[in-house]
Amino acid sequence: MEVPILKQGSFLIATIQAALTDADLLNLRNVLVQRVVLSRSRGAIVDVTSMDVLDSFASRTLREIAQIIRLRGAETVIVGIQPEVAFAMVQLGLTLEDIPTALDLEEGLAYLNQKPKPMR
Amino acid sequence: MADTKIRVPINSDKDIVVARQEGRTLAMSLGFSPGDATLLATAISELARNIVTYANVGDILLDTVNGAARLGMQVVARDEGPGIADVQQALRDGFSTSGGLGLGLPGVRRLVDEFQIVSDGTSGTTVTIRKWKP
Repeated sequence: MEVPILKQGSFLIATIQAALTDADLLNLRNVLVQRVVLSRSRGAIVDVTSMDVLDSFASRTLREIAQIIRLRGAETVIVGIQPEVAFAMVQLGLTLEDIPTALDLEEGLAYLNQKPKPMR
Repeated sequence: MADTKIRVPINSDKDIVVARQEGRTLAMSLGFSPGDATLLATAISELARNIVTYANVGDILLDTVNGAARLGMQVVARDEGPGIADVQQALRDGFSTSGGLGLGLPGVRRLVDEFQIVSDGTSGTTVTIRKWKP
């Protein structure tokens, strides 16, 4: 299952649209990082609104995505975690550590936009 | 009550998704809330991944259970992999849980009402979990 990645200004938006296997998640990580590098993006948004389960593997892969992209000098925001999913994650003991999250795509973009532009 | 036993063979990461979707469907059909169905689906996802990661092959059995005046859902995850040498240690909350490494069993235990594990370190592992409808 390919995750579509759209470019909006200097940001990339990856919208997960169906249940992803572990292999799909790793593919998303690799492709998104590659796209951030190629397009010199300042930020990426991963929209998980349609994910009905965020288990340990998915959480770890999202953390990896954010950490790799941060090393590129860009920021990742996870948006759209459903309330039931958030509840299950906490029960399971999963966190996204210091990765920023936002309610939805709009707020995710607003978050990235208020970041100062780096001097390039 | 009709026989609701569902068996999902677990051979690859694709089967993890199938198992948790079947689990959610059964939970919803039994009248569990969307929140509880999500807890069950998440627990199934973790147990199925342990099978893929540590035993390669196994299965997930989904079933209804009737308690004293209450209805519940049971999930059995079984494999014939190497087993767990130290079950007590595997049930202890450690650094591995949040890292997504390790078995994540303490987390799974928190998602459900009943949790049982049988493994003698030689002939596979069977984890049985139950969640009761409130």
